[in-house]
Order: sequence, then C-alpha cells, then structure tokens
Amino acid sequence: MSNDNTPSPYESHVPSHREAEPIPDPGLPAHTWRPTDVDPKAEKRAERQIAAMFVAAMVFAVLFVVAYFSFEIGDSWDTFGGLGASTVTLGLTLGMSLLLIGTGIIQLARKLMADAEMVEMRHPAASPPEDREATIQALNDGLDEAGIGRRPLVRNTMLGAVGVLGLPAVVLLRDLAPGNALDINKLAHTIWEPGMRLVRDVVGTPILASEVEMGDLINAAPEAMFPSEENGYPELEGAEEQAEKAKGAIIIVRMDPSELTEATQPDKWTVDGIICYSKICTHVGCPISLYERTTHHVLCPCHQSTFDLADGAKVVFGPAARALPQLPIAVDEEGYLVAQSDFTEPIGASFWEREKL
Amino acid sequence: MSSIDTSKVATSNRTDAATASKPGRAGSLATWADDRLGLASAMKKNLRKVFPDHWSFMLGEIALWSFVVLLLTGVFLTLWFNPSMGHITYEGSYDQLRGVGMSESMASTLHISFDVRGGLLMRQMHHWAASIFVASMMVHLLRVAFTGAYRKPRELNWVIGCLLLLLGTLEGFTGYSLPDDLLSGTGVRAADGFLKATPVVGTYMSFLLFGGEFPGESIIPRLYIIHVLLIPGILLALIAAHMLLLVYHKHTQWPGPGRTEQNVVGYPMLPVYAAKAGGFFFMVFGVIAIMGGLMSINPVWKFGPYDPTKVTAGSQPDWYMGWPDGLLRIIPTGWESVIFGYTISWNVMLPILILPPLMLVILMLLPFIEGWITGDKRDHHLLQRPRNAPTRTAVMVALMTFYGLAWAAGGNDIIAIRLDLSINQITYFMRVAIFLGPILAFWITRRWCISLQRHDNEKLLHGYETGVITRSPEGAYAERHLPINPTSAYTLTARDRDEVYTVGSDTDAAGVDAPNSRSEKLRAKLSSWMYSHNVQKPTRAELEEAHHHAEHEAELQAGLDHPVDGHQFDDHRLRDTTDVPLRD
Amino acid sequence: MRLLNRTAGRLSRHRRGPLAGLAVLLLGLVISGSLFTAFSPAQADNQPSETEQVAQGKELFLASCSFCHGQNGEGVPTVRDGYQLGPSLVGVGAAAVDFQVGTGRMPMASPGQQAPSKKVVFTDEEIDALAAYVASLGPGPAIPDESDYSIEGLSEEEREEAISRGGQIFLTNCTACHNFNGAGGAMPRGGYAPSLHGVEPKYIYEAMLTGPQQMPNFSNGNLSPEEKRDVIAYLGSLEETPEYAGFTLGGLGPVSEGLFAWLVGIGGLVGAAVWIASHTTRSNKSKVDA
Repeated sequence: MSNDNTPSPYESHVPSHREAEPIPDPGLPAHTWRPTDVDPKAEKRAERQIAAMFVAAMVFAVLFVVAYFSFEIGDSWDTFGGLGASTVTLGLTLGMSLLLIGTGIIQLARKLMADAEMVEMRHPAASPPEDREATIQALNDGLDEAGIGRRPLVRNTMLGAVGVLGLPAVVLLRDLAPGNALDINKLAHTIWEPGMRLVRDVVGTPILASEVEMGDLINAAPEAMFPSEENGYPELEGAEEQAEKAKGAIIIVRMDPSELTEATQPDKWTVDGIICYSKICTHVGCPISLYERTTHHVLCPCHQSTFDLADGAKVVFGPAARALPQLPIAVDEEGYLVAQSDFTEPIGASFWEREKL
Repeated sequence: MSSIDTSKVATSNRTDAATASKPGRAGSLATWADDRLGLASAMKKNLRKVFPDHWSFMLGEIALWSFVVLLLTGVFLTLWFNPSMGHITYEGSYDQLRGVGMSESMASTLHISFDVRGGLLMRQMHHWAASIFVASMMVHLLRVAFTGAYRKPRELNWVIGCLLLLLGTLEGFTGYSLPDDLLSGTGVRAADGFLKATPVVGTYMSFLLFGGEFPGESIIPRLYIIHVLLIPGILLALIAAHMLLLVYHKHTQWPGPGRTEQNVVGYPMLPVYAAKAGGFFFMVFGVIAIMGGLMSINPVWKFGPYDPTKVTAGSQPDWYMGWPDGLLRIIPTGWESVIFGYTISWNVMLPILILPPLMLVILMLLPFIEGWITGDKRDHHLLQRPRNAPTRTAVMVALMTFYGLAWAAGGNDIIAIRLDLSINQITYFMRVAIFLGPILAFWITRRWCISLQRHDNEKLLHGYETGVITRSPEGAYAERHLPINPTSAYTLTARDRDEVYTVGSDTDAAGVDAPNSRSEKLRAKLSSWMYSHNVQKPTRAELEEAHHHAEHEAELQAGLDHPVDGHQFDDHRLRDTTDVPLRD
Repeated sequence: MRLLNRTAGRLSRHRRGPLAGLAVLLLGLVISGSLFTAFSPAQADNQPSETEQVAQGKELFLASCSFCHGQNGEGVPTVRDGYQLGPSLVGVGAAAVDFQVGTGRMPMASPGQQAPSKKVVFTDEEIDALAAYVASLGPGPAIPDESDYSIEGLSEEEREEAISRGGQIFLTNCTACHNFNGAGGAMPRGGYAPSLHGVEPKYIYEAMLTGPQQMPNFSNGNLSPEEKRDVIAYLGSLEETPEYAGFTLGGLGPVSEGLFAWLVGIGGLVGAAVWIASHTTRSNKSKVDA
C-alpha cells in the first residue's frame, strides 16, 4: 500500500503549517498464513485438538453429575485430601468443563476461522451539521408551540408543583423507623441500672468478686440479657433485645489497685482493682477485647484504636477520640459484682447530638 | 514457496471474507424474523463490526463476564436465601452451630452451604466473582486511563465506567452484609458508625436505615432488595449504555502501519470476535468455578452468627472497601471536635465521607481536566503509549500509590503478623507515606517516561544497539548501531507532537468562549507543566540527517571488509523479514 | 446454676422434653466428678517422691531460669528497654511452668517482647520437676488432668452441646485476638496472638488458666473448667472436620481473599486474555487459491 492512498492519521487535524510526518505510513502489512491455512495435516490436527477439548468438556460435565449424586453433604461430609469432597469436585468438574469449552472455541477462532484483518472506516461521533440544525429547529418549534416560554406564570407554577412533590417523597420515608423507633434519646441509655449483676457473656452466670484473679479478662453482659424466674427480668424480644445487647456489653479486668489512676475513680467506681468498661469502641462501634494484661492496653481489632484501661481507658493509639465509658461497679451482699448505675455517657460511636443527650 | 505441494492445500478452511450466497435454513429463519422485526438494517453493519485485537482490550470483558456469572449464581442463591432477621435456632447439618440461635438469613446461608448440593460452590463462586468483578473494572479503568482512551469523544463513557465502579463497590458491600455472620455484622455496625458521624442528619439517617436503634430487624431485608434489585438494575442499564457507546464510537486501537485515526483494523464481530469473546466468557466462568471449588471464601460457619458483643481478629471488609478502611486506620488519635455542643467526628468523616467521594469525583473529572488544559478538541481513536503522556501517566501512578498505600493500611494487622512487624510502626509509616508516596511516585514516573521517550528517539535516530563492538584504526571502541525496521520506526513516530498552550496563541480554538485572562493564564501554566518536559519525536529533517550520517559511517566501514554486520547476534533479521508482521 | 446459654436453653425445650432434668443431673454429676479430679490434691503416682522432684527442679531452675527469675523465683523486676526481665514465679503454679517450658517458650533464647514457641529443651521429667519446684514456691494452678479438657466421658448429645457452646465462648472470648479460625492475630507494638492450630489441648487449657505473657487469664472464676473444656472441644472439632470450602488461604479473612482474587483471578484471566489476543504461529508458506 503506498503512502498516497493511505492518508496520514494526523493530516486531518494537524495544522497545515506543521511539517509532514517524519516517516510515511507504510500501510497494513501483507496477510500471512498460519500452518493450518496451508497444511492440511496441521488443519486436521487442529480440528482433532479442538474436538478433543469439547469431548473432554462433555466428560467433565458428566463427572459433575456423578459427583453431585455420589458425594454426600450434610452430616456425613466426604473428604478429598482434607477438603470437602462435594464442593471441590463439583467446582473442579464444572470449572474444567467450562474452561475446555472456552479454550476450544478460542482455539477454533485462532487456528481455523479466517483471520484476515478487516478495515472499517470511522465516522465522527457528532451528527452531520444539517441534522443538528434540523434537531435544534424541531426543538425550538416544539417549545415555541408549547408557549411555555411566553407564559412564565404557567411555567413557574408547573415547576413549583413538580418540585413540591419532592416533599411527599421525602416524608414517606419517615416511617422507615416508625413511631418512637426514631427516638434518638435511646442512645443515651443502656439496660444497666443500679444493682444489676454483671454476668458472664454466653453462659449468663454472675461473677463473684473474690473469684476474679489478677490479669483476668471477663467478657460480660447485663444480667437482664439472661432473664429467668430467679432474677425476675422480663424476656426481651427481637430488635429490643439486639439493641440492648449491642449497647450493654462490657469487659471486666482486674489489676493491682495501685496501678489504677485517678481517672478511673478507683475509690468510687472500682472494686479492689476490678474495673469495668463498655466493650463497644468509641470509634465506630466494634466490640473490643484484645487485652494485654501487663500493659493494661486493650486494642480494637477493626481499626486498632488502643485504650489504657489503667488510666480511664484513655486512647493511647489509633483513630478513636474518646475513652471507653466506664461502668461504676460495686459488690452486692452475696459478693457478686453489680452495677452502681447506668453508664454516665452514651456508649459507642460518636454522633452529632452526643453531648446534648 | 516452490516447495509446497499445492494439491494438498486445504480448501475447507476459509481464509477470505465470505460473499453472500443463497439463503439456507438459517437464512429463511432470518427472513422470517426480519419480516416481523426488521433487524436486518441494523444488523448488516454490526454483524461484521470490526474490533481491534489486543490483550488489554479484553480487561473490560472480564468485568462483563464476571457480572454475568454474578447474575447466574446470584439467582441460584436467591432460591434458598431468606433475608430475614427473625431469630431461630439452627438445626441444620453443620454440627458446630447446631442449637445456636441466629437470624434466618444466617441459617439460610448455612442451609445453602451445607444442605443444598452445590450450594457452597455457588456461594463461593458468587463471592469470588464479585471480587473479580470489581478488580477487573479497576484494571480496565487503568488501561483506559494510561492509554488516554478517555479523551474525546469517550469522556462520557469514562464517567459511566466510574459510576459502574462505584455501584459495583456498593453492590459488593450490600452483598457482604447479607449473610448476617459475625464479619458482615461487624461491617454493618461500622457502617452505622459512619452514618452517625454525618453532621446534623447522621443519627436520624442511622435510625431510618436500621428502622430504629442498631441493629434492629430491618437492615438485612432492606439491603437485600438494594442488592438484588435496585443496584443490579442500575448496573445493567449502565452496562448497556457503556456497551452501546463502545459500539457507536468503535473501539480505540494502537497506532501502527495502516492503523489510523480514520479507521479501525481488526477482526469482524462475526465470527472471530464473537468466538473469542464467547470463549472468554466460558474461561472466566471456568476460572471462577475452579476458584469457588478450591478456595475458601467467607466461611460464615466459622464466623458464627452475628452477635454485637463478639468480634474476630482480621475483621476487614472485602478488598475494594479496604482503602477507605485503611484511611480510617491511619487517622491520628483524637480528631473529634465539639462545637456549640455538637459532635463532629473528623476521624470518621474525613476518611469515609469526604475522601472517597472526592477521589471518585477527581477520577470522573480526569478527562475533562485534561481536555481543558490541552485545549484539544479533536477526536482521538489512536491510543497513546503511557510514556508518551508522561504527566498523565505520572498522575495516575500517584493516584494508584495513594490508593495502594491506603489499601495496605487497611490490612495493617495482617501485614504485621505475616511480616513480623508492629501495627503501630506500620501505621506511623503510613501516616507519612500517604503524603510523600504519591509525590515521589509522580516524580519518578514522569522522569521514567521522559527517559523512555528519549530512548525511543535514540532508536529512531541512531538505530538500536547491536552489541557489536568495533575498534577503529585509531584504537577507539564503538558500539555498532543499526536502523530499526520501517514498521517499528513508523509505529514509534505515530504520535502527536505536544503543543504547550500559551495565552493568546490559540487561534485554532475558535469555539472556545471569550477568553478569561486569569483562567487562560492558569491553563497556560498547567499546559506548560504538563507538556514542557516531554521529548518530541524527531522531525523528518532530523531523521534524514541522522540516516545520512549513518550511511556515511557505513560507507567508511565498508572498506574494512568487516565480517559481521551486527545482525548475526540478534533476532532482527527474522523480525525484519517482510512477511512477519510486527505487533505493536 | 445456669450452665446453658439462653439459646441452648431454648433448644433444650424443643429437643429433650421430659428427659431434660435427667440430662442436667447427669451433666452435673460428670462436672462435679471432673471438678473433684481437678482440685483433689496430688496425683497418686509419684515415682520420684515429691521432695526429690522439687529438689531436682530447683537444681534445674538455678541452672536455667534463675538469671531472669531470681534465685528463688522471686523475679528480677528490672525494666530494661521497657521489658520486664523476669516476672516473679511465686504463685504462678505448675500449670504455668508446664505451658511455658512444655511449648518451648521458656527458657527464652533472647530477651524480647514476646517469647515465641520453639523446640522444647527439657524432657518431660525435667518439666515435671521444674513445675513441682515452682508450685512449691506458692499456691497456684496445677497441671490439668486429661479429664479436665476432654469430652470423652460425655454422651453424644452432651458432646454436641459442649462443642456448639464452646464455639460461642470461643467467639466471645478468644477470636478477638486469635481470629475466627484460630489462625492468630496482631497485637499492639509488634506483639501477636499465636496460632492455635496443632496446639495440644493441655497447653490451650493451661494458657487459659494461667494467662501467659500478655494474654489475659481465663481463671476458673472467669471461665469455669467446663467452659474451657468446651472451647477446647470446639477447636478439636474444627481440626477434625474437613475444610468444606477448599483451601483456607491462611484463614485470615478478607485480606488474604482479596490477595488471591487479584493473584489467581485477575492474574489468571489477564494471562488468558494475553493468550487469546496473541498472534498464532505463522507459516512462511503462502496459500494458493484452489
């Protein structure tokens, strides 16, 4: 192809004052042939190879069905080198079948389909100028005939009406949290109340102060989360139960009373070195219990905020801004740990009205 | 050529474009359909539409096909999944959780995993496909950006692509939250924290989304309908728009002999491109199936049901949410203020509510910013090599560095334990690196690109290095250079000359609004910053001068009767033969 | 005493009905039996007499441990580079010694923030002797008996219940540091919670009982002996069951999953794309139209 009939790609938009391209376009190289185009043996070989892939794909698909029916799941999982046989074999057979079909089709395209490259001319993305003019004309005609531009009163009230329609749309969303479910004051309180026992999470047993050893970390909960006839707390259900569970979780640790700083109010809020904090991180609310007994630091596994439990759970590292709220505790007459009151501030992540509640 | 026995040349193998012939059975079916649908006019162009062939043009296809896999596996999962937060006791096949209370959505996820044959495979395929879907969109985005394919007329398709990335990410997050296992619940709780950090309306937004206080009983059904209907619907519509624009604009191509701004060279849609794309669908599907069968992802049965009092080490979002999570981790302690009694949590707002949307907006605006600086109003269908747009390439690498560092910060605990490092030190390092890293990356990349441009010019002007050292009669040593073949030489020069915009110089851009001198000055400054360091391709005169010099050298050496011309030691002799096309 | 959690309690109403009382009674008997064995003084089979063992232990202690822990195990309270050189061993009990020495954590190869588990340097008898000596310094938790951490003696149904309850206790108390899969996790300033894979049940029990190094205690006043046993039973059951979903990729959660999505998924598929778009072999023959 000579340079004359293949215009340089740049000529169209290179300003004429610019010099011509340094090297002329040599044009598309001549087509070359593949072995499968010229050698019947190679062609037959490729055909056989591709057909073999499709046959193997069929075999794998059948094996999938065999695996589906022969490997148990549920109570008696078969294993396959320590892996669950069902998933592994189903995945492998399905995957191999698909891969073989895919490679077969692609090989077909690469080896046997005509591979002469074609040239297609481009045209500009923009419409031809006459079309543009016609469209603008039609648009103007339409607007003109509608007369909206000449009647501002109609236009403005119409736009206003459609705009105000936004209000019902927004208001309709109000009952996403129906009734008093939208009461954000709930964030200020938890289920803790004076005299409520601290109980071990999961099992719900109360904690004897005398049984807590130095270095212990107890993941605990309010006794009201484990209602029974003995303790008399009402059974909580559904959303309420989950919300109280999410707010009431605590950690209890015991350290040498001499290590507690004034920030923890050791005389008022702790029992003999036993101290209790909210388990919910003040950053974005992950439960937090990665406790180091010698440093008294507790780390949040979500974003690594680190709090010093000996020093009022002050933030010593990480993105959190506030200390973990402390739960004032005491012991009841039987020697069990109880709360003196609710938390004195909202627990968990910050929110706009936090200081106002 | 004379050695071929032509009688044995295969004839069944088509090598030329077919010509229309009498319609067969397929033809009569087509006629029947066209009588009713009239599709022939639209199809006649598109059936043989040409697509250029290059591996990097198939990255978006990975995204498309993994989306199809997501739809297929997703539909399978909906047949059993029960998006309810109703509390039940698990009584299914997984021993370790039998008798444990959980939501119906978690129980049905376990049911799919352990009581539906192939269910666990489909769950894992769905999850792997989701990870690959977002990853392939990002790789595709990088290809488009690095080659300048987002320039006019494709800016809007770039914006659609960015929206697809955003929606894909949100779709992933809503899916991650559905099983109601410990990990997904932890993620939802963090999302609640993010919402609550929104000034003024945050607390109410949280209450409305959760139907009351966290966690409530509404969030999973709500996320479910967003996950299976709302976002997939928008995704489908945008993917359709993305593809229609692709067809309308025709695909970009790499410059080369015969490949110009006016044409597109490649294989026709039917049959080659359809076969390759269709085959690739099966391959994507197959790779995802094998991953789903062999590689565990999100083993919800080990996390157990969500319980707001439990947490696990390694609580991370899926990878595409990792970078905001990393930004969240590296915020220094105490960034929260109370103003007039209202709490403003900068420590959450900045990394979650401000930076990610800002990054998305920057990304979407890239082609428009570049177009404004260059003042280039031409259509571009030929791709640029990344080195030939050093500033753009460097900006993209800087953005990638920012992303990568934030991403790594999101896995700081895993990095710490795998590489025996300290979380604290990784975090301190990241706090600095997130600022310095992108600057350094920008500077290195730009210098690197410019050096590569210079190297290209060297090859054009003086040929390539043969590795043959000659000694002149005077005793001086020199390496012999030989000219590169004409195809490569043309390809190297097939690029625009960059023009630095100067105020008042642009008489061309008549369509531009009346120049505002301050913005014009800024534009000139930015244009100079963008282009002035670039190395331009040699002019014809320079090339001729250099070649003349080389011929002169050769003449001088001809008398020496040197036994080698240099080509013995490289593969250029093979590559120079005319019947071997040089790719790129 | 409420032994079952609430959910398990609900379950029991569904499942057991009239037999519930009997089962609880049986469970109570088994538990009190195991409690008795755990706390009954001195296992009878002393081959070397206890005093001999203590004396042998003291010798070993002076040779291998006293540099850091002091001549009489009183500890060396020097704080050097922020690390306490050797804490007092008075009252840590035999269980602590058995854990630290039995897993090779002690003696430490070099002072550092955290003593890693490594090759055990003492024989079983020597460890017993050391434990006996340290136990003689002050009262502390004894080495647990196998019955403390084994669910062998329980009925099938009780075992199942123990395992699922153990899982919930594990997820509440342990996964925050050790991860949902027991794969371990990172702690502040370069510390780490080690992997629990392949750790002997005895050592897991002792670790909970004594709180080695930075790990908090889960003393009997915190997690009852049965609760500790259940956690061990859960971990054991995890190791016994096949990896249903294929290779665990380290069991580290989404970070390793993301890494594999990129490496295997994107890596493999981009490789496929390169293959699809690559040019096939060319022949230097040319086709002659037939």
